This record gives sequence, C-alpha cells and structure tokens, in this order.
Amino acid sequence: MSLRRRVVDWLEHRTGLESAVKNFLYEDIPASAGWHQVLGSVAVFLFLIQAFSGVLLAFNYAPTPGEAYNSLKYILTELTGGSLIRGLHHWGSSLMIVVVVLHMTQVFVWGAYKKPREATWMVGVGLLLITLAFGLTGYLLPWDNRAYWGTVVTTQIASNAPVLGPYLTRLLGSEGTVGAVTFARFFAMHVLLLPPITTLLIAIHVYLVRKHGVTPSPEDQGATKKFFPGQVFKDTVAIFISFVVLFVSAVTVKVPLERLADPTDTGYIPRPDWYFLFLFEILKYLEGPLELIGTTVLPALAIGALLFVPFIDRQAMRRWTQRTTALGVVLMAALGWTALTVAAIVTTPHSKTVGEVAPTEIKDWRQLSPEALAGLLYYRREQCSSCHNLAPGKKAVGPDLAIASVRRTPAWMIMHFKNAPGTVPGSAMPPVHLEDAQLMALASFLKSLTVNNVSQIESAPDDMVAGADIYQEYKCAVCHSVNGTGMAVGPPLNGLSLRQTRPWVEVQIRKPVKHKPDSLMPEYDLSPGEMNALVSYLMALPE
Amino acid sequence: MNQTVEADRRTFLLSVIYGLWALTSLMLAIPASIYLLWPPRPRKEDPWTEAGRLSELKLDNPSELVFRKNRVDGWKVSSEKTTAWAVKISEKEVIAFAPQCPHLGCAYHWNAAKHEFLCPCHASTFSIQGDVLTGPAPRALDRYKLKIEQDKLLVGPVHKPGENPA
Repeated sequence: MSLRRRVVDWLEHRTGLESAVKNFLYEDIPASAGWHQVLGSVAVFLFLIQAFSGVLLAFNYAPTPGEAYNSLKYILTELTGGSLIRGLHHWGSSLMIVVVVLHMTQVFVWGAYKKPREATWMVGVGLLLITLAFGLTGYLLPWDNRAYWGTVVTTQIASNAPVLGPYLTRLLGSEGTVGAVTFARFFAMHVLLLPPITTLLIAIHVYLVRKHGVTPSPEDQGATKKFFPGQVFKDTVAIFISFVVLFVSAVTVKVPLERLADPTDTGYIPRPDWYFLFLFEILKYLEGPLELIGTTVLPALAIGALLFVPFIDRQAMRRWTQRTTALGVVLMAALGWTALTVAAIVTTPHSKTVGEVAPTEIKDWRQLSPEALAGLLYYRREQCSSCHNLAPGKKAVGPDLAIASVRRTPAWMIMHFKNAPGTVPGSAMPPVHLEDAQLMALASFLKSLTVNNVSQIESAPDDMVAGADIYQEYKCAVCHSVNGTGMAVGPPLNGLSLRQTRPWVEVQIRKPVKHKPDSLMPEYDLSPGEMNALVSYLMALPE
Repeated sequence: MNQTVEADRRTFLLSVIYGLWALTSLMLAIPASIYLLWPPRPRKEDPWTEAGRLSELKLDNPSELVFRKNRVDGWKVSSEKTTAWAVKISEKEVIAFAPQCPHLGCAYHWNAAKHEFLCPCHASTFSIQGDVLTGPAPRALDRYKLKIEQDKLLVGPVHKPGENPA
C-alpha cells in the first residue's frame, strides 16, 4: 500500500474525512447544471478573499479614529504589498456585490426559489443584505474625508427612520456627531459581528442547497451527473477568472485615500460607493416629507418584495426562456438602476475645497504684530512642520495651515492646541506644550496667514522672530505699539530705525534714565543675545 | 475506446482544477508573505535632535540635558521627553550618556562630591568617562551619537560602548 493511501486510510478511520469529502464531491446534480450555476461558488470564494485580506489589513491597522488613517497610510506607503492587499479588499467588496447580485438574478430568472427552496432564497436575501452592511460599515474605516462624510449621511438617514430612528442613532453611536463611538461600532460590526453571521448563513444556505439538490431544469426529466469533476472544473475556472479580474484591479487601479476626515469641511460633497449611488440619486428627487419614502419606505418595500418572491410567484417550474415576467422585472430593475447610477455620477460635481480669501492685507512678516511673529518662533520650535505645511505643497500628515486657519477662530485654535481630538475627532495631533500667552501668539500667527502671504511670512529670519518673542516676553506692548497693536503710553516703535541708532536703542532699554532722567520706562537687564535679537527686530520695523 | 476518452477528459479536468487552485493560492500566499515579513520602508526622519548648547556646558561638570525626540513606531510618531547626561571633556568634545544604568535600567545621577555617576538601585558607580568603577553594572554607560554644529549639540541614536558610532 502506498504511503499516501496509508495516511488517507489512517485519517479516514479516525475522522471520516475521506468519505465526507467524497460524499461532498460525488453529489448528484441535474444533467442540465452548467456554467450558469457557478456564481454561488464564486461568491463564497470572494467572501473568503475578503476574510483573508481583511485579516491581513487588521495586522497593521489601528481601529481608532485617531490612528486609523495613519495606519492605513502606513500600510499603503511603507509596507511592501500593502496597497495590493488593500486593493484586494476594496475591489473585492465591489466584485462581491456584483457576483452576489448576478447570482440572485440567475436564481430569480431560473425560478430556482420555488417550492421547496423558499428558505434557501430567503437566507440568500439575508446574505445580500449582509454584503451591503459590510460595504456600509467598511466605508468608514479608512477615516478619510470620503469615509467620514459618507457615514454622516448614512447615520443621518438611519436617524430619520420612523419610530426606530433614535434607537438606531444610539446603536450606531452617532448621537451628536460621527466620532469615536460611531467608529468603534462600525468597526465591531464589520469585523466581529458580520463575519460570523455571514459564515453561519452561508453554511445554512449551502446546507439547504445540498438538502434540496441543485434546481433541475424541466427538460432534465430526472437525469443526473456527478458534481465532481465536471461542475467543480466550471466552478474553478469561474473562480479563477474572478480572481484574476480582482487581482488585476488591485494591482492597476489605485484605491483613493483622501485626506484625513475633516468634520468642518462643509464644502465636501459626500457620495456613497457606486452600488448605493442609485439610492443617493432617488433621495435627490424626494425632498422634505417625501424624503422618508426614499430612505425608508422604498428600501423596506424592496427588501420585503425580494424576501417574499417565492410566495408572490407560486407557479410551477418552467424553463427560464418562458419566464417572460421574471425577465421583464430583471430588465426593468437593471435599466432603472443603471439610469439612476448614471444620473448620480453625471449630476454630482466633484467636491473641491472652496478657496477663501482672508480680509487681511498683510504681505510681509514685518507687518505682523510682534505677537503673531513670536508665534512663528513657537511654530518653529515646537516642530509643527514635521506634520504640517504652512503653504500648500508636498504631502503632510496634518492640514496645510495657511488654508486651514482661515476658517478657525483663535479660541478654537487654542482649544485645538491643548487637546486636538477634542476639537477634531480622531486627530492624532499631540498637545502643544506652551503657556497660554504663547498659544495665543501661535493662534494669532496662524490667523494672519493667507495663501498669498505665507511664503513671504515663512521667510522671516530666525533672529527677527526671536526678537519678537523677547518683545512679547518682556511685555513691551503694555506701553508701546507695533503695527497698530499695543498701547500708547510710550512712543510707537514703527520706523524706529529712521529716528534712532542701534546703540541708542540698547541704552534706552538697559538704562532709560540716561536719555531722559524722568523716564517712566523700566530698566531691562537683557542678556547680550536677547538684546541683539530684540534691537535687530525693532530696527527692522517698517515705518 | 470511449473509456480512454472519458479517462483523458477526467485527467484534463483534474489537472486544470489542481493547477488553478495552486496558482490562486500562490498569488495570495506570496503577496501576503511579503506584506507580513518584508521590513517596512524606512521613513526619512532626521536622526539628529538638538539637545542643548555647547556654551551652556561646563568643563568636567556633567549636566542633564532634557529634550524632545521623535520616536517612530509603525504609523505612530510620538514626541518623547528624553534626557542625556552630557560631559564636556574639552572645548570641542562632548560625550552624551543615555540616562539608564546599563545594569537594570534605573536612572542614575551625578554625584558631584565624589566625582562619579551613581545608580541608586544597586549602587553601581561610573567614572566621568562612563566606565564602571564599582557595582554590578555589566558595562560602561551607553552613549548617544553626538555631533556639534557651531554651538548646537545634536543627539542621535544610542549605541553601546565599543560599538562603532559611525
């Protein structure tokens, strides 16, 4: 006896594996079974691909709003093969929808849901809904702008559902805002709840298919053949073709990762994944009280009709070429779906960031208030630039500040510096360790930036910026004004270089009574470095 | 005759089935293995952090520098508070020791009276050069790579004594 035979026999005695596999493979199927029945197998295969690629993604993914985006970026940019794995998962979900719908269409057209296969059909409808739920929950997980705004709409729709709305909102963790709680709920559903339910339903579905046998065609008249190898060959070829399509898409079509979710980006036009676009389009036509029809009534009716198809159509089996009504329904649905999807694509403009112009006229760092200029020092010292750009340019982790700061108030910014996730849910920005006055300066600096002046302001020399910081530290603005900010107890300091020399200014700071015995100005004992920076700054002030 | 045709057909079907499944498995296994096992591409981070100023150090008088250093951990870049014991041994030469005792990682300090570093946990002492004087420490103090640009002290990664700090 060969070694292989002995191993197989040993296993067979202890587990019954061989007879189980044989039992599975040598199942009788109708003689008419063929290429049209491969789609169920392809759907199961794609589910396994989703599980496989999903687990791989989870190996390098941090499921919190703060880190999800960065970890996905890490997968895409720093791990070899990362973008392929993500591509498989992303396009796999789309392909799965396609295959599941085609599978259903085939079953529908062939009338395979008829008695005694009603339960098989209904479990299948359940699997379709779960596939859509996978898409809906997975949509949020990249936590980019697309994910965030898409989910805002989804949860909004859920909250408008009659009676159930408030409960759904609580369940989805989207009370008030889409944030950390929503994210946790969606993640838990996507990876903990839905996969085992899917597995269970697939098991029941396959069990029922086996129990009742593959649906024969009327012309079979009882003729059968074996599942293996003929049909397995067809399944395998179909699976392989679908896999190649998926693989090639994953390699060649780049999956977009937009910028980090920005809940304040009100100019963003959210849109769902392509398979939900038809619903998105329907909602456009139904406004006000009619909206409920689109968000609740129509989907509920559609699901109900789908679920009860076997009870609506109770006629005996017929050849699919004679099922004109069924074919008509499929054709209408396909046409309607295509028209709505195309309409949605054509009529929805691509979202772009709306450019805004700040009311400031500052063109030059010399025109900044000392406070704002000192803010540049803190910007440099705290190494904000390791995550942010001032001017839009090369890619950065955080927003480009010349653009982002335009729509913020200083008060918002200070809250943001102290606790970024509190103002921007999911932000990964560490707290800025500065005193309040310095945070204020930093906010004032950012507030003065515009796209036009940013490169000029950014070029301010280090010693000038340091001088502005010393000006702030010694609270010169309590008596003096620069560029229109500060008090008028002492003379304004603009144009100082036209009136006085450097040594004069130094003496004035160190010992004012030397110039004027009754001077109110206190004496400042600055270190040579501080003195140099401060005086250089003051002498550089414009007129 | 008919039987051999049937057998040939069966062999063909089986080889296609096994072949395609083997190919599919390989197309999944190879990228997955690369994804899991290949080291991540290194980020272009500046390894040097400014830790202090040369002019603020006194000769033969170790002082503790406190600075913030970026630490890259996968997708996370965190800024950590870090310290170094800096010893200026000449006007142009500075040693920066990592702040943990090489024995069990306690924080040691400079004992100015005895002119030595003392670890309070197990009483290891080190000379101003970082060499072990007494106690259980297995080796001299670890050092930071260090370079001086004008007046700035730039601190790089930690290395063990004797390792090439290039």
